[in-house]
Amino acid sequence: MKKILLVLGVVVVLAGCPSKGPVQDVKIDEKSQGGTTTPPTVTPPVTGTTGGSGVVGNKDESGAAALKTGVLKERSIYFDYDKDSVKSDFTALVQAHAKFLVEHKTRKVRLEGNADERGSREYNMALGQRRANAVKQALNVLGVANDRMETVSFGEDKPKATGHDEAAWAQNRRVDIVYDGE
Amino acid sequence: MKSHFAKWFYLGACLLMATVAQAQLVIDVTLSGGRQIPVAIVPFAGEVDAPQNITPVIGADLTGTGLFKLSPLAGIAILPTEPSAINFADWSARAVEALVIGTIAPMPDGRFEVRFRLFDVGKQSQVSSFVYTVGATQLRATAHKIADEIYEKLLNEHGIFSTKVAYVLKRGPRYELQVADADGFNPQTVLSSLEPIGGPKWSPDGSKLVYVSYESRKSTVIVQDLATGQRKVVSNFPGDNYAPSWSPDGKRIALALSKDSIAQIYTVPSTGGEATRITESKAIDVSPAFTPDGQSIIFVSDRSGGPQLYRIPAAGGTPQRLTFEGSYNLSPRMSPDGKLVAYVTRDDKQRLRIATYELATGQFNILTDGPLDDSPSFAPNGRTILYEAKGGGRGVLGSVSVDGRVKQRLSSQAGDVREPAWGPYGSSR
Repeated sequence: MKKILLVLGVVVVLAGCPSKGPVQDVKIDEKSQGGTTTPPTVTPPVTGTTGGSGVVGNKDESGAAALKTGVLKERSIYFDYDKDSVKSDFTALVQAHAKFLVEHKTRKVRLEGNADERGSREYNMALGQRRANAVKQALNVLGVANDRMETVSFGEDKPKATGHDEAAWAQNRRVDIVYDGE
Repeated sequence: MKSHFAKWFYLGACLLMATVAQAQLVIDVTLSGGRQIPVAIVPFAGEVDAPQNITPVIGADLTGTGLFKLSPLAGIAILPTEPSAINFADWSARAVEALVIGTIAPMPDGRFEVRFRLFDVGKQSQVSSFVYTVGATQLRATAHKIADEIYEKLLNEHGIFSTKVAYVLKRGPRYELQVADADGFNPQTVLSSLEPIGGPKWSPDGSKLVYVSYESRKSTVIVQDLATGQRKVVSNFPGDNYAPSWSPDGKRIALALSKDSIAQIYTVPSTGGEATRITESKAIDVSPAFTPDGQSIIFVSDRSGGPQLYRIPAAGGTPQRLTFEGSYNLSPRMSPDGKLVAYVTRDDKQRLRIATYELATGQFNILTDGPLDDSPSFAPNGRTILYEAKGGGRGVLGSVSVDGRVKQRLSSQAGDVREPAWGPYGSSR
């Protein structure tokens, strides 16, 4: 828990700082995430003048650049109502992330499960967990060790879409793949 | 822990201002049928000069239950404020059964002396009388006490007007855990966070709340002392920690943990410590609620396919399925007398509605129309169920009498209200 708090602290500090710098950097990042509730991801700024923490070598050992391109920048797996099975539409996405994780042994992921607002809050919490577990299992089958994956459920509390119809609900029945440090 | 305290003081400072500015919960009452006791409440002598009117509060408390109706006072020649001025024949002719009179007088030290008397008009006799000496800020609470006394004398059961309710208010991006009077007034924010707060439940003695916090980006279960503001993490196992619920003796908390698999029911000491696993299934087991005798836990499991209510011995054992009607039954809460389970059932039009299930007979009774009701909670006298009505895109609270006859809506201008929990009698302080 301490570690998570520290990381959050860094995010807050960094996100708070560059107000006089190029604001566009943050905006671009947010766009690729698609969500409004996710805090903006902090990546090393192009200016290169800021001190140390997230800066990596030219070889991109962490795969940070790769994660922003192609299918790897897709991070959400959507589910049917009351269901927790990963649909075939998302096979390619899951495979791509499994391949990335197998090739980048230092990276870890958090799988964040979500549910739509129908049903009870508490049951939806468990349903979000079950969805996160389903994605974890799918990645595990493809060679990703379980200890590199953490699952968490937000139940119905972090909707991507705030509407109250099927279009919104479909957006909210999902698992988000979040990489360490993001 | 230190940072918790710092945060608490900081919040306290912010909230003092916020609490004053915000609107309280606003109540709408709907009634259908049934006998109502006609009560005349005469404005107390000196009331207009007091900082808080008392009789309108008493009247609102009583009529809000649907069990009383206020008799009009127009045309009464002399409105009595002392027993000697009562003409019982007058009131009898108007079919008034109970008469309430009183006085409010300022005292030299700035406090007020509130005198109240209740009369049985038919018997022409005094049923109850009280004298309270209170500060100006206690006048509203005194009105609730008087309403409780009238309710108890006329219906021979405890009133709930002096109790508190806890709920979560979502105000913009912020979640606030609030405690308010049972009539929605006097809301106090006891915790404010940008991360969700969930499932508040009262300790049996009304001194603490247990709830789920996501302040560390992960669910943890916290017990907070309401008088001191002191908070203690009682469950922070790997995975999810949620759906907490007190044992009747206040010593344990039943909750759902996902540390070993998908959500299962465990209990932990209410001061924190080792978790004892209660259910053993490969399915989702969630939403535990102790029965008032402490012997069993009612919970939700989808081991049969969809979520249904089950009962298991509180120390673990073989669960027994309770609900068979409908494909989706969840969110159980026990009535104080242990006879009824309030729960949420999904009907064939996909509406989620509040219902009761009678443990002795297995009979169920659907009380609300939905479409997105959740989190039922019994009043401490068992007469009313408070719940979250999130249909219509806006989070409001609803309340319904267990006979389904009286319905109320409680909404807040400040934001979405959710996950209500009605406090026990001891929560009145």
